[in-house]
Amino acid sequence: MSAVVAVGGEVLTKFMAEENKSAQTDVQTDATGKPTEGAATLGTDRQEPGSQETSSNAINLSALMLVELRGHQPAWVGEIIEAFGEVTVIVPRELIVEACRFLKSESGLEFNLLSDICGADRGTEEEPRFEVNYHLFSTSKHHRLRLKVLLNEDDPHLPTVTGVWRTANWHERETFDHFGVIFDGHPDLRRILLPDDWQGHSLRKDFPLRGYEPYSLT
Amino acid sequence: MSVSTTNLPPQFEIVDRPLDTQMTISMGPQHPSTHGVLRLELVLDGEMIVKCTPDIGYLHTGMEKLFEYKKYQQGIVITDRMDYLNPLGNNLGYVMAVEKLLGLEIPERAQVIRVLMCELQRIASHLVWLGTHALDIGAMTVFFYCFREREKILNLIEAASGGRLTPSYFRIGGLMMDLPAGFERRVKQFTDDFPGAVKEFHTLLSGNTIFRSRTQGVGQISAEDAIDWGLTGPCLRGSGVDLDLRRANPYTGYEKYDFEIPVEHDGDVWARYLVRMREMAESLKIVKQAASRLLPGPVKADAPKVVLPDREAMKTHMDALIHHFLIVAEGFNVPAGEVYHAIEGSKGELGVYVKSDGGPKPSRVHVRGPSFVNLSALPHMVEGEMVADVVAVIGSIDIVLGEIDR
Repeated sequence: MSAVVAVGGEVLTKFMAEENKSAQTDVQTDATGKPTEGAATLGTDRQEPGSQETSSNAINLSALMLVELRGHQPAWVGEIIEAFGEVTVIVPRELIVEACRFLKSESGLEFNLLSDICGADRGTEEEPRFEVNYHLFSTSKHHRLRLKVLLNEDDPHLPTVTGVWRTANWHERETFDHFGVIFDGHPDLRRILLPDDWQGHSLRKDFPLRGYEPYSLT
Repeated sequence: MSVSTTNLPPQFEIVDRPLDTQMTISMGPQHPSTHGVLRLELVLDGEMIVKCTPDIGYLHTGMEKLFEYKKYQQGIVITDRMDYLNPLGNNLGYVMAVEKLLGLEIPERAQVIRVLMCELQRIASHLVWLGTHALDIGAMTVFFYCFREREKILNLIEAASGGRLTPSYFRIGGLMMDLPAGFERRVKQFTDDFPGAVKEFHTLLSGNTIFRSRTQGVGQISAEDAIDWGLTGPCLRGSGVDLDLRRANPYTGYEKYDFEIPVEHDGDVWARYLVRMREMAESLKIVKQAASRLLPGPVKADAPKVVLPDREAMKTHMDALIHHFLIVAEGFNVPAGEVYHAIEGSKGELGVYVKSDGGPKPSRVHVRGPSFVNLSALPHMVEGEMVADVVAVIGSIDIVLGEIDR
């Protein structure tokens, strides 16, 4: 880890210098980052990380990653958010597989373990309403990254990453079960925790806590 | 129907197949060796498994939904009921995620006690695994030895928290209360006795020819496949990957403890058995170190808006009374944001994702249960094996359905 810290500290200073140059573009961008629809513009004209107040314990991780991603200029890097010592990259949904493949195979990043996929509902009024979070981990570098895909309510589709990690299978089924998010290309997209004939998606905010009606097995 | 045998080991190549049929059987959800309410749909060719499809969700109780309707401090008791063999680990994962959002500093004594209790709980969890695993394979005696030892740990947990299975001992900002008087003596008694018990387990199983032949070479998974399937914890270390989050991403001061990470390379049921057996000894080492570091000090963070005041202060100080009232009646606001905090549970990476919108209740809580992910690799491990091996492999994964179904 000490090597990573050293590299991270060095690149951070460079990164800070660049930051000042591009500060003006920052002001114009929207902090909440309306994504997905304008995938192309997001890809070419990336926003800077939301906050420059990097907390001390997160430097080794995030600065290294930012520079790695920045250097390669992949089209999929949307907004980069750093908070609570964790780094989140918002990825347009059509590029999520490409992003995962890159992060998994790129030396220096090596996110070979997909820890978790979890959905979230931002609320019925919000647009985009749903988010799907990918928590990546590297068994060799021991660092983490969160990828976030934002989805509109009327079109909750995104490609599956089961081709990248087989463990995504059940995570995606669970997300589909709870939020009704459709993973296109998934080999076996069935409900996993709730019964097959269940109506609705239980973790959506408009689903009542006790369900629409008492569930009966008969 | 013909059976595709292209991916099967040579010993299972069946040349002459007079009936040429497959049989689909349902194993569970009441089968005793499925550790709860797991159902497996097995497609068999004779005794050989062609296809295995786990069917889960029989124990689904909507815990993640329930979190959104409870205040942050009320969520702790829900976590107890997820992995009910490792409740203190679940408590720790959840409270640490919320503490990360709040930016709380936890006092040293509370951290040491957390480590101490978590390692005791890890041993207790492994003892249940060992007892039931051996029972599934046919060695009944081990079960009684394991539960005798586990009882001692549960008594310790009960002495500290008042609960045996659902302690809820860790609270946001520290602990429920300090350890009772004489606790260190009782821990010492346990740490003195336990190595003898581990020796007994080894005598019962490790040299047992039947146990060995039921476990060696069964349910193998390579390191690459294990990572691809997201295995963590003893299952991953049994496949030769040296990964333990206590070392990789240290939390609550694990970096200050001296312990080894057992790794085996065969990736079979036997390797996972050895890893857990050695892990119990390593956990015991940590318990001893933690017990020797118990210095007097506060066990709650200095955050009056989050941590409940002492009863005594509440009766004599007006501000303490107000804080108590506000925390209980309204809860406390947590800064908006999201965190994913992963700890090394007894079964693998226990990750808790908490998303806050700034209010006293979480907007979303998701728990990455290690059992859930580890079970998803079961078809990979058992396809091509014999039907009797399924029981051995399930036992070696160490699943808890409470955590899988949530």
